[in-house]
Amino acid sequence: MDLFDILLSASFWAAAIRIASPLIFATIGELICERAGVLNLGIEGIMVAGAFAGWISVWAGLPLWGGVAVALLVGMAFGALHSVLSVPFGLSQHVVGVGITLLATSVTFYTYRVVLPEVSSPPKIQAFQPYEIPLLSDIPLLGPALFSQTPLTYAAFVLALITGLVLFRTPLGLAVRAAGENPSAVAAQGLSVTAIRMGAVIVGSGFMAVGGAFLTMSAFDSFFFDMVGGRGWICIALVVFGAWRPGKAVLGAILFAAFDALQIRVQQTSLGTVIPYQIFLMMPYVLSILALVLMSRSAQVPAALMVPFNKGTR
Amino acid sequence: MRKTPFHIQSRRSFLKSSIAGAAVAVALPAGAFAQAKVLKVAGIYTVPVEQQWVSRIHIAAVAAQERGDIEYTYSENTANTDYPRVMREYAEQGYDMIIGEIFGVEQEAREVAADYPDVAFLMGSSFKEDPALANLSVFDNYVQDASYLSGIIAGAMSESGKIGMVGGFPIPEVNRLMHAFMAGAKEMNPDIAFQVSFIGSWFDPPKAKETAYAMIENGADLLYAERFGVSDAAKEKGILAIGNVIDTQPDYPDTVVASAIWHFEPTLDAAIAKVQAGTFTAEDYGTYSFMKEGGCSLAPYGTFEGKIPQEALDLVAKRTEEIKSGAYTVTINDEEPKSS
Repeated sequence: MDLFDILLSASFWAAAIRIASPLIFATIGELICERAGVLNLGIEGIMVAGAFAGWISVWAGLPLWGGVAVALLVGMAFGALHSVLSVPFGLSQHVVGVGITLLATSVTFYTYRVVLPEVSSPPKIQAFQPYEIPLLSDIPLLGPALFSQTPLTYAAFVLALITGLVLFRTPLGLAVRAAGENPSAVAAQGLSVTAIRMGAVIVGSGFMAVGGAFLTMSAFDSFFFDMVGGRGWICIALVVFGAWRPGKAVLGAILFAAFDALQIRVQQTSLGTVIPYQIFLMMPYVLSILALVLMSRSAQVPAALMVPFNKGTR
Repeated sequence: MRKTPFHIQSRRSFLKSSIAGAAVAVALPAGAFAQAKVLKVAGIYTVPVEQQWVSRIHIAAVAAQERGDIEYTYSENTANTDYPRVMREYAEQGYDMIIGEIFGVEQEAREVAADYPDVAFLMGSSFKEDPALANLSVFDNYVQDASYLSGIIAGAMSESGKIGMVGGFPIPEVNRLMHAFMAGAKEMNPDIAFQVSFIGSWFDPPKAKETAYAMIENGADLLYAERFGVSDAAKEKGILAIGNVIDTQPDYPDTVVASAIWHFEPTLDAAIAKVQAGTFTAEDYGTYSFMKEGGCSLAPYGTFEGKIPQEALDLVAKRTEEIKSGAYTVTINDEEPKSS
């Protein structure tokens, strides 16, 4: 199978979309936080907590969408903690974020052990199954790639669309963006920068957790420690790659995922016997960094990103 | 490497060890264990105790505790960065033996062991023992005998002649099992082609699953499931899989044909006996995982009883005898396996 065959196969693109889905949720979540001026490094831990919370809720008897809702709420809870520390208290966003990641992973393991003190392996749930959208799934190439995915993947794309509309087409979105660009202007309008930023961090964190839940409820049907495996950090880079725009960020996620799906397949061609596998595993990251260099030239960083706002100071 | 600087001493296990200790104390006057001292043993693991490799150690230790040979407690999910500290804590508390895995902290762990010459360390390691460090012995899951037998079955069950193998990292323990498996499969069918991929992670089932999907697309009709996630892809696509280290057939009754299982009991029991006798010294306990020693076996065929070609069953039976008698030795090859 050579490169062209791979790139033209529907299964390759289906894999790329599957791999991209959790990244899309978490990238959109991070993007919302950063648009409001808060860097959320709690992302990795929040994804772990979401992966666990969604899965364990379904295991305990909730329906699948109930599990997604629980993951969302757990993410929002960690987001609330993050936002209290980072917004009104104005603490270092780096320290708060890393702290939230450590706390969320640790609390997750603690809860896991309390709920499942003695198991031979983590229990499995009935995960989301692929749903073929009538008519659309019959389109050659695009159909199997885009329209034969699990409902949670469709939700990821819908979420990105709604986020784009809200951010750029509504007064609320304008206020969020302004909070990240020029918070004094927001305050001058009589709006609360604190409330807007906290809200953005809480909502964004909820979406990150759903991204984690995708791993245990759609990509797989069980929870393993470490399974998030750095995906959160990739999403931080994807926000930069996407120049803080939802559409571009989604493209970035798909591009990264496509590189990943590609390296898996190229590893299995005759090239795999001559090139060390580490090179293949590196490929998505290397190519993403290259793309990042090219894309980020025109990127406009939110001017007040990581700058705490104290009302009344200049 | 791990982002979970979190270790707990399971209260439950502490309670259990206390209860077991009390039970032993009651039993002692009866003379049952009169001569041997009940060892205080601590396990330190970098992952939760139910995760496949570590689960084998944990089960053996719990069994030894239930027999009354040891008092057992453990710390799980200990980050490699915390590992040496936790070793010290148990050593300071007067434990007789510490078991665990030092693949990620080979150097630091040896430094800690050197500071506590009276404590026996029995550690999973990719390296050999050091005669100058008499209180640290190494082990690993040398279950190549069972992997080889599972390969014979795989070779007979694959119709397309393409077998996919998904591994975590190409470290010696993974490589040697893959090679043994491949040797077995080739013995049944010399024309078999192997696709080998590593995912660069121990616990990323979604990624292992994606890799397995790609292999199935590429024509593989049987997968060697070194990682979680591979058997799931096989099940979804309706092809066969071979389990590794633990018996996974109960979870995938229609697709997992056979599993090569590791038994840690011979390794642990040998170490316990040596510590009790005062003869514990730097050794490689790897051979205690050999089939001869009862350190590994092929899981019962279970749901695949009667579905495996007789030819393969005969060869498995013949080789099992020969391995046990020493007439046949499975080659140990620690090189990174490549696709063919």
